[in-house]
Amino acid sequence: MDTRRGALAVPKVRRVGFFTSIEPPPESSQRPNRSQSGPVEATTSSSPLSNSPSGNLISPVLIPPSRHHSDNLTSRVAAAAAAPVPVPGPAAFRRYVAHDRSLLHVGSYNPPDSLLGTSTPSSNGEFSEDSASLFGFQRSDSTKLSASFPNGGFDLTLAVRAPQESETKITTASASEGKKKIAEVSGKSESVTTKPQKEKEPKAPKDKTTKAERRAIQEAQRAAKAAAKGEGNRRADESGRANPGKTAKKPQPKKERLPVTSSVSEKTAVAVEKEKRMDVPQTLMQYDDRSRVDKAKRRAVVEQTESKNKVELFLHLPQYERGNQLPNLSSNFFTLDSIHHAVYKVGLQHLAGDISGDNARCIAMLQAFQEAIEDYITPPMKDLTMDLTTKINGYVSFLIECRPLSMSMGNAIRFLKNQIRKLPVNLSESEAKSSLCSDIGRFIDEKIILADKAIVQHAVTKIRDGEVLLTYGFSCVVEMILLYAHEIGKKFRVVIVDSRPNLEGQKLLRRLVTRGLDCTYTHINAISYIMREATRVFLGASSIFSNGTLYARVGTACIAMVANAFSVPVIVCCEAYKFHERVLLDSICSNELGDPDAVANIPSFRTNAKHSKTIDNNKNLQFLNLMYDSTPSEYISMIVSDYGMIPPTSIPVIVREYRREHLLL
Amino acid sequence: MWRRSPSFILDERRSSNSPPMADTTRGPFQNPDSISAYYQTRAAHHGVITSDWLAQAQAAVGGVTGEDQPLSSDNQLGTEKSFNVIEEFNNWRKQPDLAEAVAAIRALAAVIRASEASTMMELEIELKKASDTLKSWDKTSISLTAGCDLFIRYVTRTSALEYEDFNSAKSRLLERAEKFGEISCKARRIIAMLSQDFIFDGCTILVHGLSRVVLEILKTAAQNNKLFRVLCTEGRPDGTGVLLSSELSKLDIPVKLLLDSAVAYSMDEVDMVFFGADGVVESGGIINMMGTYQIALVAHSMNKPVYVAAESYKFARLYPLDQKDMAPALRPIEFGVKIPTKVEVERSARDYTPPQYLTLLFTDLGVLSPSVVSDELIQLYL
Repeated sequence: MDTRRGALAVPKVRRVGFFTSIEPPPESSQRPNRSQSGPVEATTSSSPLSNSPSGNLISPVLIPPSRHHSDNLTSRVAAAAAAPVPVPGPAAFRRYVAHDRSLLHVGSYNPPDSLLGTSTPSSNGEFSEDSASLFGFQRSDSTKLSASFPNGGFDLTLAVRAPQESETKITTASASEGKKKIAEVSGKSESVTTKPQKEKEPKAPKDKTTKAERRAIQEAQRAAKAAAKGEGNRRADESGRANPGKTAKKPQPKKERLPVTSSVSEKTAVAVEKEKRMDVPQTLMQYDDRSRVDKAKRRAVVEQTESKNKVELFLHLPQYERGNQLPNLSSNFFTLDSIHHAVYKVGLQHLAGDISGDNARCIAMLQAFQEAIEDYITPPMKDLTMDLTTKINGYVSFLIECRPLSMSMGNAIRFLKNQIRKLPVNLSESEAKSSLCSDIGRFIDEKIILADKAIVQHAVTKIRDGEVLLTYGFSCVVEMILLYAHEIGKKFRVVIVDSRPNLEGQKLLRRLVTRGLDCTYTHINAISYIMREATRVFLGASSIFSNGTLYARVGTACIAMVANAFSVPVIVCCEAYKFHERVLLDSICSNELGDPDAVANIPSFRTNAKHSKTIDNNKNLQFLNLMYDSTPSEYISMIVSDYGMIPPTSIPVIVREYRREHLLL
Repeated sequence: MWRRSPSFILDERRSSNSPPMADTTRGPFQNPDSISAYYQTRAAHHGVITSDWLAQAQAAVGGVTGEDQPLSSDNQLGTEKSFNVIEEFNNWRKQPDLAEAVAAIRALAAVIRASEASTMMELEIELKKASDTLKSWDKTSISLTAGCDLFIRYVTRTSALEYEDFNSAKSRLLERAEKFGEISCKARRIIAMLSQDFIFDGCTILVHGLSRVVLEILKTAAQNNKLFRVLCTEGRPDGTGVLLSSELSKLDIPVKLLLDSAVAYSMDEVDMVFFGADGVVESGGIINMMGTYQIALVAHSMNKPVYVAAESYKFARLYPLDQKDMAPALRPIEFGVKIPTKVEVERSARDYTPPQYLTLLFTDLGVLSPSVVSDELIQLYL
């Protein structure tokens, strides 16, 4: 069966925007009916164009009828993708992909029966990513899913129950209220009844040739669905009638077989993954990847509880509930064995937010590593290079648990690992250790401290008398520049723009005012007003990617864009060790989620009892506290790094020319 | 039409030399003249570039060689060596067809030749000093500074220097210096050849300023029997367009002279815009004669390609953020009528064109997009 052709034949529809977890209607209702010529039923409120069952989702795209069963699957998927209201973005796809593997062996999905060849999980790869992932997703047990997706759970059952109602939870919050009740009532029977429906799917290819038969089944399903829409409780029976005699018999024997195949595939996948990880250090973990997250959790030192109410688009990022792990961790302090105490301390500081700022975090981490290496003793029968690397890896994963690493820290870790790998074999342990420690010290000195000084020297030449410099948030390099410029007698004024919830600008304001600088403090809301006065914008950076995209504290992009609109030059100050060879296109793929309560915690809001009730434990309300955003390079006039003043287009040159040197140092 | 004659320039330089202006900020090395030396050089070159003035200029050079000596003897700190550098430089500078940077390169090569240093380090320090003297003689000239820097980079960046004995190392340095001078001289030819692909039959080219590279390009195109038309801006107050158009008409290229303010009016009949450059800065933008920026803006808004012809020794490690972000090169401006003393006059001789308004740069390194300039500079300097 040519599954690939099917996937190719279907036009791919890109999904954009926010969405809630909406999945395609269940298999039963999705019976392929590419040849359906019957009248469009009243329940399908969609345009008459889409005669595929996914027309239930209001689909503006006519999917060309295809010949194979698999074609239909994919086309259905694509049609579902084309539905205008529930538009899952790329993040969702990733999530689906991630779940695909782990969920394959769950539920009643019966691979051997499938004509699709998807019975062997490897053939999943034949599909386009989207279809494959959705495909796998559909087969998974809905209850299982509802457990794994806290806020998606009801949506899932709903989608199974009444696909035509599958609108985003966010948009139709009120509508979902009623549905929820139905779901709760028939929640138990639901999981049973959906199984037979799914069971039928693998069977389908057998009666592939008989159109009429299929159509009959389809009609029956439609009828069932229509009934279900009218009355949720009765629907279970209806669907049971629609495909009778297939209940609960098959799952048992097949369940045995499936885990075997899937576990094998998982093993190979793990191996591949491992290899990949060797090649590409610091691949970002996708936190919607259940299996990996679970595995990571088992190893975890920090017991984090994931936040329940996450924004869908950012499910791939870790978000934990704050404030409950710290006492637990600090009580563990004397019992820990695998983590060096210096690293542990730094991890706790990261977790508690005592150390913030990329440079400070990076220096603290490196110094902790330095200490750990000093105390390190190679176990007998082990190689220092190998063992130390695994040790460092353990430390790093601990630090990641505490708080996701910044790009600069990733670079520093890469440097350290390279140093370890490059250690001459004939070096004695003490020599090796002292050489590593001095390397780390040199990295801190040359790449961070001296680099900052060089940046200050360069940037000061761009400050003239009588200027108004605008800065956003807190960046220690920018602070150094402003203080130095003041010291050498330049006359200028500073506008500090700040934003909730961190209000880091206040720290900068305090420091500048005590040194006698003329400051104006405002919030980001006033940016378009205050930008009129500014003649230069100085920004700090967390990282700069090789397409020139600036990755910095959230709000930076807004500042840069407004400055660009007012044609005020934007100067970004960034040490070269923060340059990264990756390419970043949006702020979604790699980002960090902060404490959502910080956003929710508005003083006036809290005091009002009525408001606080709406905020607390409201399923329809999700707080998003993004930590970073990305600024496209066209809004940046200049980047000041330790290599001088360069345009953002030259980042790849620096990365290319100095990566070798950077690693060698 | 008011035209500046070479003798006029020389007269003016002489007269402005004698009463030193009350400018307290001026360092001891600086050219003691409120009119930037950059502008003087350019004006002098514009004067002598036309062939019929060549003889006159050459004659003037003979009379003037002594003139610059008091100028350079102003620097009290100047040693015998640095004095020689300036003199040497000025001698080379007088050559009508030699760019300022190339003259500086030649002068620095002469420094190596004349050096009595006995160690490599000494020689390097001497060279550095000489180039510093040259640079401080005229801080406003970008190509001079860039040429000196590049020369030092190019010459001293030989790994061979460390192993060989001093004399062979010195000869090696000289060799490299000569080579660099040669490359710089050839640059204009290379650029002219490279740009031929961009000039097609029947096109109309707008030219602003009097750039020898652009002139070379147009000359080569005419020699290749390409049929094209040139629009020259007048280029007040130097009348650069007038000079260029008279040169072009000698080559039988159809040429039309416009007022500087008529650029937007005639832009729709233009197919491409050609500029020279005084300096190419790190962002990929150019610093060029006043008016370049506005023409580039007009061309950009009308979607006409803007080509810049510049030798690679004009690449400078500068990064102006806006127009006022560079050392201003001031010049005298004649309005023909008496200007009341209360009226201020904008005397800057050049402006900065940001890279987003330029299409391509023709350099002896190849045809580059503006963003590549920075890449080249990084590879050269870091």
